[in-house]
Amino acid sequence: MTIFYLIMIALAIIFAAARGLLGPTASDRIVALDSLTTITTAGLVLLAFFFQRYIYVDVSLVYGVLSFVGVLTLARYMEGGL
Amino acid sequence: MSVLTYLGYAMVTVGVIFLFLGALGIFRMPDVYNRLQAGTKATTLGALGTILGVGLLQPEWFWKTLIIAIFIAISNPISSHALARGSYKIGIKPITKEDDMDAYAGVETENEEE
Amino acid sequence: MSRFIFTFAVYFLIWMGFTTSFDPQELIAGAVLSLIITFFSYKSFTDLGLSFLNPKRLFNIVKYMFVFIIALFKANFDVAKRVINPKLPINPGIVAYKTKLKSDTAKVFLANSITLTPGTLTVDVIGDTLYIHWIDVITKDPQKIYSEIGEQFEVILKEIFE
Repeated sequence: MTIFYLIMIALAIIFAAARGLLGPTASDRIVALDSLTTITTAGLVLLAFFFQRYIYVDVSLVYGVLSFVGVLTLARYMEGGL
Repeated sequence: MSVLTYLGYAMVTVGVIFLFLGALGIFRMPDVYNRLQAGTKATTLGALGTILGVGLLQPEWFWKTLIIAIFIAISNPISSHALARGSYKIGIKPITKEDDMDAYAGVETENEEE
Repeated sequence: MSRFIFTFAVYFLIWMGFTTSFDPQELIAGAVLSLIITFFSYKSFTDLGLSFLNPKRLFNIVKYMFVFIIALFKANFDVAKRVINPKLPINPGIVAYKTKLKSDTAKVFLANSITLTPGTLTVDVIGDTLYIHWIDVITKDPQKIYSEIGEQFEVILKEIFE
């Protein structure tokens, strides 16, 4: 079961990263980055469960908050409002 | 194995499958807006399922996982909305099959009040 | 004053969720921090204050969550169906959607809910018009757009915020 979860998450990261590399425009790349951060947040919580380390949940929370601020900043910059 | 454990594993399974489908959608869709559609919806449910599933598997973590889940459910639509608006403002037009299906064209510069 | 108490209670609950401990030191630190943040932000945090907690509103909030979760699942199966299909059956376009809600908070929730429901993505809000990217435009009639996209949310949000 663990292997299945890890394979699914790895495939998700590969597809999203491929779009980030191929993406014809800048906003395609940022969209890929946005979903990569969401996948990573979920992945960190899953890893916390596998390793039984509570601290990874805190890492995941902070990561989620910081990535949200980061993506918003990039979006505002793209729009020219920064 | 209690009922909670089974429910937790079921939620994590559904969650990772939707995470994968969201990433596949981002890879396959033809333009930015459709990518955002697939990406936002599927990864939001995927992350919610995975995180709350872990919360059920490990009941003493439940409150913190609930807070992460609520935060993701609120913040993900906001960032996708900002990205869609930003993409339109730098001039990426949505792909449409007919010509007059873009009601936003022409009004996007009207609200520069902030 | 009731706005102050409501804001403080929300911040303190969030703090409890972060620390997940009932140690007196943690509780005191949380209370002091919540008080400071509340002092700076309670005016913009909520318009309703403690009246937000009357039973009718709470009932509607629970109802809203059910409607929202069902819509979220529908949206995901819809996306999954389109993504897996090799032909990518999409017919995208942007439509204008007139909302009847007045309060800004309600509009934010409406926009977020629309983004997470089947095939729709809010691009911008100008006044009372939401511009929505729709993955499969089935109608251009404003009345039909209203009932198709957001009526189920608007009815409940009106009860909660107005």
